[in-house]
Amino acid sequence: MSAEAKAPARARANRSGEGFRELGLLVFIAILCIAFQLRNHSFLTLANIKDLLDNTAILGILAVGMMLVLITGGIDLSIGATIALAGMTSALTGMAIPRINPLLSILEGMAVGLVIGSVIGILVARFKVLPIIASLGLMNIVRGVTYIESKGAWVSAYQMSDDFKSLSTGTTLGVNNLVLIALVIFALFWYFVNHTKTGRRIYAIGSNPDAADVSGIPRRKLLWLVYATMGVLAGLAGVLWVSKFASAQGDTALGYELNVIAACVLGGVSISGGSGKVSGLVLGTILLGMLNNALPLIDVSPFWQQFIQGIVILAAVLTNVAVKRNNQRLALRKRAI
Amino acid sequence: MPETILALEHITKTFPGVRALDDVGFELRKGEIHALMGENGAGKSTLIKVITGVYQPDSGRILLDGRSVSIRGPLDSQRLGIAAIYQHVTCYPDLSVAENIFIGHEKVDPLTRRIHWKELHAQAAELLGSLDADFDSKAIMGNLSVAQQQIVEIAKALSTRARIIIMDEPTAPLTKRESEDLYRIAEGLRDKGVSIVFISHRLEDMYRLASRVTVFRDSRYVGTWPVDAISRDQLIVAMVGRSITQLFPKRKVAIGEEVLKVEGLSRTGYFKDVSFSVRKGEILAITGLVGAGRTEVCEAIYGITRADSGRVLLAGEELRAAHPSEALERGLGYLPEDRLKQGLVLEWAIAANVTLPSLERFSRFGWMNRRREELKAKELAERLEVKANSVHDLVATLSGGNQQKVIVAKLLTGNMKVIILDEPTKGVDVGAKAAIFEIMNELAQAGYGIVMVSSEMPEVLGMSDRIVVMREGRVSATLDTADATQEKILSAAMATATTVATAATAAKERP
Repeated sequence: MSAEAKAPARARANRSGEGFRELGLLVFIAILCIAFQLRNHSFLTLANIKDLLDNTAILGILAVGMMLVLITGGIDLSIGATIALAGMTSALTGMAIPRINPLLSILEGMAVGLVIGSVIGILVARFKVLPIIASLGLMNIVRGVTYIESKGAWVSAYQMSDDFKSLSTGTTLGVNNLVLIALVIFALFWYFVNHTKTGRRIYAIGSNPDAADVSGIPRRKLLWLVYATMGVLAGLAGVLWVSKFASAQGDTALGYELNVIAACVLGGVSISGGSGKVSGLVLGTILLGMLNNALPLIDVSPFWQQFIQGIVILAAVLTNVAVKRNNQRLALRKRAI
Repeated sequence: MPETILALEHITKTFPGVRALDDVGFELRKGEIHALMGENGAGKSTLIKVITGVYQPDSGRILLDGRSVSIRGPLDSQRLGIAAIYQHVTCYPDLSVAENIFIGHEKVDPLTRRIHWKELHAQAAELLGSLDADFDSKAIMGNLSVAQQQIVEIAKALSTRARIIIMDEPTAPLTKRESEDLYRIAEGLRDKGVSIVFISHRLEDMYRLASRVTVFRDSRYVGTWPVDAISRDQLIVAMVGRSITQLFPKRKVAIGEEVLKVEGLSRTGYFKDVSFSVRKGEILAITGLVGAGRTEVCEAIYGITRADSGRVLLAGEELRAAHPSEALERGLGYLPEDRLKQGLVLEWAIAANVTLPSLERFSRFGWMNRRREELKAKELAERLEVKANSVHDLVATLSGGNQQKVIVAKLLTGNMKVIILDEPTKGVDVGAKAAIFEIMNELAQAGYGIVMVSSEMPEVLGMSDRIVVMREGRVSATLDTADATQEKILSAAMATATTVATAATAAKERP
């Protein structure tokens, strides 16, 4: 048998582990759908699916940014706070200037996020602060600034313009704006991580930082870039969040970063860096959104909802480990010692 | 007269306290495979780093195509058409094969900045095809075997249009069959006019592949010969050269009953069918080339990893250590090769490090008895002559040799029967070495069974009672030190088929 003929078979074997993950996730989602539908027939209705997607869109936007950070081997705990500050700032501006174009509000939120993300990026890339510490520090600072800025008060629905509120609740061509924005971001980042040099190099620096330094990849710049990007996306999410719930508070999105990280982990992004795919991320986000949406529908008590989410996350991680170990064992068995 | 492509003349390179290269020369011809041989520390790796620009020589010059060049860094050498494939593959395990080959010089569309995936994979496939690779350019690097990853590294070298490729011990982690594939690739490259420097510890590599061989010893150039003009024995003498000086105060000790017996221990992909035994008061050396599986065997015995089959008997009872604490509890101690990573907590005081593996002996109802800890640590530190102001000094402030003594002290707090020392003298100076040997003598006298893993030939011959030689994950010879010579050990470690047979008979003849 010629080498060319053998090659595709071997390649398929080498990649089967990867494809298996996403297929497994898809099957799991399908089984859950059937189970939920059997318990409550309103689960797979158009209205509920729309509701589910609307409520999951912001999570998805954030998960994309978090995936980049995780791929480099880092983590960003500050995004809940960034959401609050960006949302609060744009709401306060809207209160002061009621006629402001909502698109400007969005830009304002993204600018706030860019500043916060850049600071974390500089701390991590330039001063070699551990990402968990750098973002923890910023988390507290930013949360504090939010309270200071708002003097502890809320901005409520009646203080926001209708244009601002319709950012998240409005529709374009029959599709909710939030879902549209999330889809555009998914598409943009899918292209970015799969088809650009910079995107691929983000994987490289997470996969083997030392080798990246040797082969002349600008690791510091890329590190800064992923945190800045995360910040911008968190800023955007903050404005959308406030617009959606028509309320800006000091404790908005408290602890939400953990949901985002959970969505990434469910989607197969490795916390130790180097791997993660947009397709997996979409599935992971939908799975987490489904649990949030469907568990109340089938009358699971809020206490048990948390419990079940935890179990699902652990199961996903354990599956990942098993797949990885299996691949390694296959590689070792090829050696005839 | 074949044309010379690369010549190094009178190269000297010193590091603080060490002369790594002493006025050496090297000459590589166009389209030849040139073997570079020598013991560990002979200066081969330093020479390679000079050629690739990682180090700058203190004196001497490098001629490429007859012209003097200065190579200031890895990028310079790449530009000059020199590529090196290092022992430890420097790859991105999560990326595809094609990306690993082209990272750093990917082709992108000038307008959209999109990576030309099709072209990238086509070029990668072409390179892999020319190397007869049996995997696809889209395969994930981390799922490949070490041998396949090396082929990727070679493809990477070719993608930069290298004319000179240096392979630093490429066959060390490979099995015989995998090596055969690599030989074919190297020959194919040679026939296309690429010049190859092939560093290896294996004599068979050299005889199979190279047309000429250069030997280094103790940082010096020994000579260059056509491969068919030098016999195996002559070559070994050229590499070993010196006779062993009596640095080793090995004491005669009464040897008692068997305390450790390893039977048919195997772990898929690492070692297979390893058997040996150690008796009370005996020092057993396990030697072999780097990558032969010595450390892996010790880790499996100690419970850091698990063997797939085989068994370990400690004082006649089966030891199935699932965790090091069980091995310690039963009286088997292990001093790891990488003491910084596995042996010591640098930010802790000497006393705290010493008592770490046996805290329950120094505590009552969960509370530490600091006084007892201090007394025991002091006693052991004095016995091992650890040089420090007090046992409260941080381990980080000690020299390498003294750190090593602290690790040994750790093992002595418990009731040990067998102690495994993995490269105990690695990275310590001569004085500390002598002290460690003295400790080993004392321990043997006190009735411990000692297993010493070592690559240093003089130390193996000077300190042990018996010697187990490993090669490619198997025991290739078991020798009595009294009958062993450097040549015998080296040929078992690098054995070709015929010598394995003799070594096996020798092992069988042992009572």
